[in-house]
Amino acid sequence: MLFPLASDYLVWLLVAALASFAYYCSRNPHLAAPWARVFRSRAAVASAVVLAFFVGVGLLDSVHYRPRLPATDPAAPPVYSVEVRSLLDLALTRLRTRLEITYSAPLATRLLQKERIERPDGTSVRDYPRLRFGGQHLKDEADLSQDVALRIVAGLALAAAVWSLVVLAGRRTLARRWPFVPWDAAAIALAALLALAGPVAMLAAGYHVLGTNQVGSDVLYQALKSIRISLVIGTLTTLVLLPLGIAAGITAGYFKGWLDDAVQYVYTTLNSIPGVLLIAASVLMVQVYIDTHPELFPTSAQRADFRLLSLCAILGAVDWTGLARLLRGETLKLAQLDYIEAAHAFGVSHVRILTRHILPNVTHIVVITLVLSFSGLVLAEAVLSYIGVGVDPSTISFGTMINAARLEMAREPMVWWSLAAAFVFMFALVLAANLFADAVRDGFDPRVRV
Amino acid sequence: MSEVLLQVLDLRTQLDMPAGALRAVDGVDLELRQAECFALVGESGCGKSMTALSLLRLLPEAGRIAEGRVLLEGQDLFALPEAAMRAVRGRRVAMIFQEPSTALNPVLTVGRQIAEVIERHTPLAGEAVRRRARELLDSVGIPDAARRVEEYPFQLSGGLKQRVMIAAALAAEPEVLIADEPTTALDVTIQAQILDLLAKLQAERRMAILLITHDLGIVARMAQRVAVMYAGEIVETAARSDFFRAPQHPYSQKLFDALPTPQKRGGQLSVIAGQVPQLNAQFRGCRFAERCELAFQRCRDEAPQLIALPGGAARVRCHLREQGAAPERRAAAAPLPADAQAAGASEPVLAEVEDLKVHFPIRKGLLKRTVGQVKAVDGVSLAVRAGRTLALVGESGCGKTTVGKAMLRLLPPSAGKVAFDGADLASLPRSELRARRRAMQIIFQDPYASLNPRMRVADVLAEGMRSLGVGRDETDRQRRMAALLEQVGLPPETLARYPHEFSGGQRQRIAIARALAVEPKLIVCDEPTSALDVSVQAQILNLLKSLQERLGIAYLFITHNISIVEFLAHEVAVMYLGRIVERGTVEEVLGDPKHPYTEALLSAVPMVDGERSIIRLSGELPSPANPPAGCHFHPRCPKATPECRQDYPQAVALGRGRSVSCILYRSSKAESSS
Amino acid sequence: MLAYIVRRTLYAIPILVGINLFTFALFFLVNTPDDMARMQLGVKRVTPEAIQKWKADRGYDKPLLYNAGQDGVRSVSETIFFEKSLKLFAFDFGRAEDNRDIANEIRTRMGPSLALAVPVFLVGLAVNITFALGMAFFRATYLDFWGVILCVAMMSISSLFYIIGGQYLISKLWHLAPISGYEGGLDALKFLVMPVIIGIISSFGGSARFYRTVFLEEMGKDYVRTARAKGLAESVVMFRHVLKNGLIPVLTGVVVVIPTLFLGSLISESFFGIPGLGSYTIDAIQAQDFAVVRSMVFIGSALYIVGLLLTDISYTMVDPRVRFG
Repeated sequence: MLFPLASDYLVWLLVAALASFAYYCSRNPHLAAPWARVFRSRAAVASAVVLAFFVGVGLLDSVHYRPRLPATDPAAPPVYSVEVRSLLDLALTRLRTRLEITYSAPLATRLLQKERIERPDGTSVRDYPRLRFGGQHLKDEADLSQDVALRIVAGLALAAAVWSLVVLAGRRTLARRWPFVPWDAAAIALAALLALAGPVAMLAAGYHVLGTNQVGSDVLYQALKSIRISLVIGTLTTLVLLPLGIAAGITAGYFKGWLDDAVQYVYTTLNSIPGVLLIAASVLMVQVYIDTHPELFPTSAQRADFRLLSLCAILGAVDWTGLARLLRGETLKLAQLDYIEAAHAFGVSHVRILTRHILPNVTHIVVITLVLSFSGLVLAEAVLSYIGVGVDPSTISFGTMINAARLEMAREPMVWWSLAAAFVFMFALVLAANLFADAVRDGFDPRVRV
Repeated sequence: MSEVLLQVLDLRTQLDMPAGALRAVDGVDLELRQAECFALVGESGCGKSMTALSLLRLLPEAGRIAEGRVLLEGQDLFALPEAAMRAVRGRRVAMIFQEPSTALNPVLTVGRQIAEVIERHTPLAGEAVRRRARELLDSVGIPDAARRVEEYPFQLSGGLKQRVMIAAALAAEPEVLIADEPTTALDVTIQAQILDLLAKLQAERRMAILLITHDLGIVARMAQRVAVMYAGEIVETAARSDFFRAPQHPYSQKLFDALPTPQKRGGQLSVIAGQVPQLNAQFRGCRFAERCELAFQRCRDEAPQLIALPGGAARVRCHLREQGAAPERRAAAAPLPADAQAAGASEPVLAEVEDLKVHFPIRKGLLKRTVGQVKAVDGVSLAVRAGRTLALVGESGCGKTTVGKAMLRLLPPSAGKVAFDGADLASLPRSELRARRRAMQIIFQDPYASLNPRMRVADVLAEGMRSLGVGRDETDRQRRMAALLEQVGLPPETLARYPHEFSGGQRQRIAIARALAVEPKLIVCDEPTSALDVSVQAQILNLLKSLQERLGIAYLFITHNISIVEFLAHEVAVMYLGRIVERGTVEEVLGDPKHPYTEALLSAVPMVDGERSIIRLSGELPSPANPPAGCHFHPRCPKATPECRQDYPQAVALGRGRSVSCILYRSSKAESSS
Repeated sequence: MLAYIVRRTLYAIPILVGINLFTFALFFLVNTPDDMARMQLGVKRVTPEAIQKWKADRGYDKPLLYNAGQDGVRSVSETIFFEKSLKLFAFDFGRAEDNRDIANEIRTRMGPSLALAVPVFLVGLAVNITFALGMAFFRATYLDFWGVILCVAMMSISSLFYIIGGQYLISKLWHLAPISGYEGGLDALKFLVMPVIIGIISSFGGSARFYRTVFLEEMGKDYVRTARAKGLAESVVMFRHVLKNGLIPVLTGVVVVIPTLFLGSLISESFFGIPGLGSYTIDAIQAQDFAVVRSMVFIGSALYIVGLLLTDISYTMVDPRVRFG
């Protein structure tokens, strides 16, 4: 049974909004031209490929359903599990369900720690027990390195095949449609991505590629699941930030007077409260609300989702001041321009001037702000979840991963893979986002300081 | 002939652009001699500024010198290491720039900015440097130099800032001064002061000046020799007198013909068709051939060389001149012809402004209390007749644009009346005003700021029609738009394009079409040509003139350019500090100015032909927040008497439609009234 | 200039009032004290008596804005708004869940916070500006190119990893400094070295790149060309002309945070076990100690407003247009 969460609706709404914005851009040269400049940059194209991978994973993880429980009585109405899963969970069923007992290192066949093992003959020894799933297919553990090598080669071969297919298919159509894009950069980025993904996929079929955590859950699975949270926080926040920032910014700059004073007062006041504290206080209040209204959240997924959306709303409500300040300044400048005066001379209404003259001329600032704020929000999630005012502790996110793993470095033997996985995935996501954002800023208006 | 100081040989400078290398300067040779002023003339984008920057190796990041040599007394500046070049800059060759408000560092005192040149290039130190800086400020005519050295650029007016720039440039007594459009950002009376100063300093110091300008009037005033640049090349060099007597290159001739003058009143100005070619293209023939009326086949096939004309120092890049020198230009110092359309004075009054005031409150303090008023417009009365042009003339900051905008209620008038079509626009409620907006429209100065870059031309033109309900339906509006474009001389495919695809002149045509779209009876033209080159200005002036003849539109033409007034206007009103000091027909006011300010203003305009004794105005335009008591002009007036400080003089009628506000004419009022 | 500062100071008052009202609304209107009590005591097993006691212990049992049961001044003063919000203006923060006086706690914890935050701020600023000037000086060369790449890469790493990685490398692998902890006096040094270094590194990428942009923008201005035309050396142009103008936008972001240094750094203090206000805040958030969080929100905002004031004052020092305008 399809069981969309509130955030799923918003994610797909955002996808639809982005698609229509893309269409709008393609129809308007003043937006199409800067995007063309953006995609002339090799760094932007390469990072767009990486981002596309993350977005793909995130979208897969945004279609939720409740699996049907095996019916005891065929005549009875179908019964659905209270557990909410996503398409990604479905695709990663093997990773999700093959739980070990506790820590195991990447590609290990045995647990990290010795345990007392009962021998068939009744005696017991302390040894590293075999994993329940990782490397279980190996008859002899000595074959491990050979098997791993084999799987890597197979993965690379698979990657090469997929890559050739994509490049062959894409070259004709894409290169003709957008000849100015440095497609070779895209091809290289795709090759690198596939060269990682292919072997990882082959290995993941038999091992825990990034090991397991304290409760024995696969770290690769956790890292992949964290992607959606990062993307949601980085993008859904804009649904709150945009309307507030645009409305406040351009009306303040255009009408001036008391409205301007009021907007400036509100955003100076909000700005004065240290961001983390404001977010922390607000999240605490949301948590009080959740805890005292359990009847509103029948499943834990819904409770976590509500907290996630609240976090987005709070981040948006804290962050809109920056956009409003930029837009106010730009609108003040624009409102002095002759073409606005000319519109006044024609008796054009204020609403029309705002929508036809002001808004199209500040679009670039909005685009730049949004793209630049994305990586900051992803990083903020990690810190906030670490403090305990981020996502729900039951949600898998980079922040909760780091929070859970922070003491593992001090263990003997050291457990580094959870942190390393979170680090690598976050770094790849944020770096790609930063490089892309740089190209967007250069393409739209290098002088905007956000 | 004095010896050659600076020699430029085959200079080629490129700008690396995304669209390819732009050959901004393409084979320029020139010589600068001791104690001479050499003018490099051309329209924007011809490469004259790039030439100047190349000499000092101060090109922007994208620019590079591809070829050529610059010899300063035989020493090749391009061969010098950067450190040695720095010893040349400011010490032997100094430079001043166009925009004094951005060319000075805003956070350093002017004294400091002069002192750093002295410290860099002379052995002076400590107190001696400060004394020298004060002397320099004194020598460039800055009053109260001892106080001014401690001030910051934002505390000085534009004219004073340019004087500071000059003082800093002269601090190490350079042999060559490069002046890049030094007065373009300044008002005409201030321009006259700065040009005087430069001429005086040059004479005192026997300094060579390379003067870069687009204004032939300034060339006539300052230069001994002239070079004309076009599309990265020098097309003509000559001694000033030869050049003004008989310009040789067809482009130079066209530049003269395109200048508006009173003699051309009856007809159209000569224009240069087309546009300056793209400098990233390869040229085979003459670069001007496409726009030249005299071009023949050879011009398109073979690039002409600079050839020396017999019997003179002139050199010209034109195949035609192989057949001999061009004839002399028709000397044009004839008196103003009597207005053939004097009958126009009886046309009915279309718009009458009575005692219009626009005051902007100065707010200060926590509660933003009003502590004073900027009296931008302080009691202006004028009348525009149907189908006629009234020119409103004055220097920047005098309030002329405010008058225009207040008439359209783009600014709220503080007092007064704007009678138009039987209604007082100044007091009409917003809703009723909207219905009357059709009759009065406006064209702005900056064609780049007056069109929304995000709207297609079709939407630009349709906006006013839709808002004011012109045209029956969309198809009717489409038909009207096509007709409008034809009227302003643009092709029909213009409609689907965006403003950035057009040049400044074309944009101004679009702006005119936008105003015409609602069929106004009066258009306020706010300096519509002052951002344009002379040849483009001629096109726009011709267009405005023919539109008036065909459609009977009246213009309120706001300008600081007297020659445009002479060419285009029927009546003129001269404004000073928020008030009109003199008004009358063009013939009366320009031919026989009565008010001392009008006289001075007229005399300060550099003339292409003939000499004019200049009435020097001291000081600058006072602040309209705090105008001088009595006659606002008296602190600068050469004819001021103690009485001028008492009261603002009443306007005195001197015949039909003619009036002047000056106590000198009080007696004549008494005569006329008796 | 004095009038200017007075005006700015007066302008801060309504903002402080706004913040006070805002925190009151956030802490007492979004959720009622009953809700907070229920959550603190555990939603399931809670009795009305327990809630009443919880509220009485903390003084939350009064009416929010107006106490009808009291006369005169007391009808206003015997309220939550007066007791919990207005008293913040007098720096009366009340008591934390552990019944300690918050104001007292803040006084003792300020020292360690400053000991960490001030060196991070000062050294970091110097390092970032130096690098930014260097990149601007060598603009459009490989040095600049790789410098920017380094900055972008460094700003793509979460500050948590800098701390975790730093602790691992410096303490665990190289044994150069204790992994966490704090002592008063000079002994504090050995505990502070690592957090300071890590703090500087984690702010490097974003700031250095931002300052570079600012300086490059200044270098495109006309007055820089004038300075070069005077024959000044490039270093003089950089330091006398570009740096001084570039400082104006830099100051906007920098001066404003100076007062908030008192608050310390949330993350590093808790990681390194430094008993400053940052770790105090984190602990309060995690223990859901509303009184402490409320106090810290108010103090933080007040300090930020002081920062805004200092920014205005610092403008008068570097920008003559403000000083005399």
